[in-house]
Order: sequence, then C-alpha cells, then structure tokens
Amino acid sequence: MSRPRALLAGLNRRPRLVVASLLAPGTLWLVVFFFVPIAVVLAYSFMPRGVYGGVTGGTTLEHYRRFMDPLYLTVLRRTVVLAVACTGLCLLAGYPVAYVIARAGRWKNLLLFLIVMPLWTSFLVRTYAMIFLLRDTGFVNTVLLALGLVREPLTLLYTPGAVLAGLVYGYLPLMVLPIYVSLEKLDPTLLEAAEVLGARPAARFWRITVPLSMPGIVAGAMLVFIPALGAFLTPDLLGGAKQMMVGTLVQNQFGAARDWPFGSAASFVLMAVVLVAVLAYLRLRDRGSVEALA
Amino acid sequence: MTDSGPQSTETVVQLSRVTKRFGAVTAVDAVTLGIRRGEFFSLLGPSGCGKTTTLRLLAGLEEPDEGDVRLLGAVVNRRRPYERPVAMVFQNYALFPHLDVRRNVAFGLEQRRVPSAEIATRVRRALELVRLDPDVYARRMPSQLSGGQRQRVALARALVIEPAILLLDEPLGAIDLKLRKEMQLELKALNRQLGITFVYVTHDQEEALTMSDRIAVMDRARIAQVGTPAQVYEDPRTAFVADFIGECNFFAGTVTARENGLATVEAPGGATFRIPAADGLGPGRAVRIAVRPEWHDVWRPAEVPAAENALPGAVRDVVYLGETVHVIVRLADGADVRVALRNEGQLIKPVPWHPGDAVAVGWLPEDCQVLEEE
Repeated sequence: MSRPRALLAGLNRRPRLVVASLLAPGTLWLVVFFFVPIAVVLAYSFMPRGVYGGVTGGTTLEHYRRFMDPLYLTVLRRTVVLAVACTGLCLLAGYPVAYVIARAGRWKNLLLFLIVMPLWTSFLVRTYAMIFLLRDTGFVNTVLLALGLVREPLTLLYTPGAVLAGLVYGYLPLMVLPIYVSLEKLDPTLLEAAEVLGARPAARFWRITVPLSMPGIVAGAMLVFIPALGAFLTPDLLGGAKQMMVGTLVQNQFGAARDWPFGSAASFVLMAVVLVAVLAYLRLRDRGSVEALA
Repeated sequence: MTDSGPQSTETVVQLSRVTKRFGAVTAVDAVTLGIRRGEFFSLLGPSGCGKTTTLRLLAGLEEPDEGDVRLLGAVVNRRRPYERPVAMVFQNYALFPHLDVRRNVAFGLEQRRVPSAEIATRVRRALELVRLDPDVYARRMPSQLSGGQRQRVALARALVIEPAILLLDEPLGAIDLKLRKEMQLELKALNRQLGITFVYVTHDQEEALTMSDRIAVMDRARIAQVGTPAQVYEDPRTAFVADFIGECNFFAGTVTARENGLATVEAPGGATFRIPAADGLGPGRAVRIAVRPEWHDVWRPAEVPAAENALPGAVRDVVYLGETVHVIVRLADGADVRVALRNEGQLIKPVPWHPGDAVAVGWLPEDCQVLEEE
C-alpha cells in the first residue's frame, strides 16, 4: 500500500508544473484573442460614437436603445426564428442520418467521411453554389421548367426559405456528428432488454434511444443554433437586403457603416439570446424534464 | 427417470429440431428439447456451444432457420419478444442507465399499461422479493449500485411482469464467488416459491449442478445429454459430458473376452481391465470408459484386491485440496490418472503416497461409465 501511495504523491507534485505549462499556451491564447476583444467590444457598446467611426469618452445606453427600434427588433426576431427553424430542421434531418450511420457496420467510416466531406470546401464557395442552384435560371428552376411542373421560374433566391436552406445545408454535419457519437455508444442489449420487457419499436425509440442520445442532441443543437444565430454570410448571399439577420447587421456596422459601438451592442444582444437559450436548457435539465420532453 | 423437483409434467417450452445459423456457422443444430412447468432447467456448456443462442431463440431475440419453438403450446417462431410470455435477465444486467431503480422495475408494467397505483405496489413487492429495501434503493440510479445490487434489480425488473418463463443468461457471471453462492440459493428458492419456469444458461458446471432440476449439456451446437444433475454426473453418456462435468479419467481398449457378466478389455499398452458386459460388447469391440477420480483407489502393486481392476504406474504428484487429496499417477503408457482420496486429516492420518512410489491405480469394474461414440 505504501509504495503506490508514495508514487502517487510524487506524481501529484511534479506534474503540477507540467500541467501548468501545458495549459499556459491555450489559456494565453484565449485571454489575448478572446477575453480581451470581448471586453473591448463590451466597452465599445456603452461608449458614444466618434465622428470618424471610432468612439469617444463617456458612457451611454444610446446604442442599446437604438436596437430597440422596431426595424432592428424585426431583424432580431427573424434571426431567432431562422436559427430555431434551422436547428429543428437539422435535428429532423440529421437524427435519422446519424441513426443509420451508427448501425451501418462496415459502411460506418465511409458514410462518416461523406458527411464530413462538404466541410473540406470553403463555406463561401458552397454558399455560392447554392446561388447557382436557386436563382431564376438555376438548376432547380431548369429542372422544374423542363418537367413542365411550372410555367415560369419560381423566385427562390432572396427569400427566407433560401436563407433557411443555406443554413441547414451548412450546419447539418454539426448536428449529425454528435448524435452519431451518442447513438454509437448506445448498448444494443438495452434495446433487447426493453423489447423482452414488452416495448414495441416506437416505445423503444422514445423511452430508450432518444433519452440516451440526449447528450448528442443537445450538443448538436448548440453547435447548430449558436453559429446559425450569428450567421452573416448565408443571409447576405442568399437572402439579400430584405432577409437581413443580426449577423449581417453587425458586419455592416463594423464595415460599411463604420458604427462600431452600435455593431458591438448588436453583438451583445445576440450573445444575450444565446445565454438565455443555454440557461433555459440548464433549467429544464435540472428539473429533469429533458427526458420527459423526449 | 426420476424428478427431484415438484414441477408438473406439463411441457411449457418445446424445441423441435431447431436450427439457427449465422452465415456459415451453425450456432444451434437440430436441437430438440422439452422443459416442464416450474422446472429449473439449465443449459450448460463451454462458450460457443450454442447455449446463449438457444436462450435467445426462446426470448425471440433470434428467429429459428428451421424447426419450431413452442411456448405454452403455441408455435412462436416469428413472434417478437414483446409478444411472448417470457422475461429475461441479461449477463451484463442491461439496466437502463437513465432511469432509477423504481423506473427500471416499472418499465415492463408501464409497457403493459398497468395502472400507476398498481405499478407502485408491484414494484415495491418485486424489490422486496429480491431483498432490496424499496425505501433505500428505489430512487438510486444504476450507476450508484454494486454488481450484486444491479443483479437484484435486473431480477426484480424481470419478475415484476410475472412471466410464465424466466430466461437467465449467465446472470451471476460477474459477481464474486461468495455472493454468487448466496444468489444461487436465492434463485433456486424464487423458482420454487413463484412456480415460474427458469431457463438458466451457464458455463459453470458446479452452478448448474447446485441449482438445476434438469440440465441440458450442450456441445458444438447440439445437445449432448439431458438429465438430472445426478444423471449427468454419474451416468454421462459421452466423453464430452464426462469431461465437462467434474473431472474424469478415460481408458480405451478392445474387448478380448466376456465371462460372468464382465468383459475383459485390453488397452493398447497391453494392460487389461474389466467392465460390466453390456449387450453388444463382444470380443473385438473397441470401447472407451470414464472413471471419476473419487471412484479410484491407490494400492501397493502387491496388495490390489482381486475384485479390482489395477493399472501399474508411479506417483507423480500429491495435491492437497482441503476436502480431498489428489494423487496423480503416471501409468506405464505415459497417461496421467487423477485419483481423489477423501482427506481424513493430513496431520493425523496422512496419505501414504509420495512422488516416485510404484503403485497401482485400482477401481471396481462396475465403477465406470462405458461411453457412447460421439
């Protein structure tokens, strides 16, 4: 007994330095390139706008007040609705895919490879490809016209639907992968046990499979919802000016409009929405109703 | 055939020439088997012999390729597990990790749409039956339980639905020896008390002998022998059964003569021994016999009683095992024979044999089992 204990005690002291030196680069990186900029943005959002685009001294709530304008609230509402819809559609489309891959035996790796492959191409290029598919003379309309299903091209591009399609397309792999991981870990004996105890296929799915893959569902939903909420490229390219999302707004304020304090305030409103969503989830989980929801 | 248990003669499980293949491998090969109501029936065999597949065929987790599976008289070949009158206890317990003990046990009742007030009382009763205090354990998660406690929950979860047949797949495999012995007796008591038919899969021959009313010994996808523990131990039909259940010494040779109800067998090395002369054991017939270590005795070569068979050899080793002392004798032909002598106290009356002693291994002609060809 004494030998292993002595060994462990030695291990405890020495690696403290090792652990610290291993953690240092990452910590430093986060502090310099994440916490500092966030602090700067937070500070900017409370400072009056300077004449040439910067900020001047003093504090003001003017930018947050300005965001409460119905014009911007519409943008915020659209952003939340699109992000929620995108997360829901990714879940609906992604869960069956993850389920099939988790049970695909030797095809597993190939299928996972196919899921990840789109991520090899630039997101910008893939979004442009969506334009070619959806525009009036694009692939979708060409096929519909050729089949005689429509007489004149449908307006697909620059609609909320186009933005949603682009978001779902872009973030679907981020939903599939974590759900796949949790389904892969699921012990098939549990489903057999449920079946012998009288559970039909639907009961097995809702009572065993879904609750046990909940960690994957939550991780996937977070991975999709958060970037979808902050998306600026997709609404900009596929939605145009009429389908502006908060992300596009922020981009405009920091870019063309040179109104950094207002852009900062808009960023923080977005972060607040994410925070509220996460807190709501934690509340649900602590009350144990996540499983009940399933 | 005599039965040791109080079970009726009604057959509740009937397999008729059931075959199950996985690709090129035949896991269960034309197995025919009947299990009676209330019986504690064990499927015993080494890993890969097909015992677990046989159990899964009863559960409905596998479908037979050929033959019929009947439960309570009805053919159930294609019926799903939830349409069968069975419950099952799995080797790794298979408790639902996201549900507490109470909800694990309630699962089967909820599936059967039992009213929730009745569920509560039946869950309590089931936990008490397996000796888990509901007030202490009902709210615990499976991860907060020891292996033995998980086993009890798994058992309660299966028993609570009051199945006609309870299937158990090596349920005590992962439990330490002392607790395992205790659980063996408890399972046996539950079988008697509840009148449920138990079908028990194990590779542990001692476990099977302890608990079973009858045992089916399986070997390479087939049933080698079915019988009471005494029958499979004392009257093994094949070398496999003799060897798998308990220890055994084997002797082979050719019948050279028969007289006075005994047949004389000549072993390849020239030594001879006598066996009971059953029908068909005429001169020229090749035979193989099994002798249990405790049926043997060790003699000084000159002192062997005339009535006993004796094969000369030398003591190779003496092994102290507590209840018994094993003397391992190497015969002239190089084979080792294990002889179990009852330990009458090594400190006061030690076994008089030492490595190197020239001895004869003896046994009475009737104390042997003539084996069938496999």
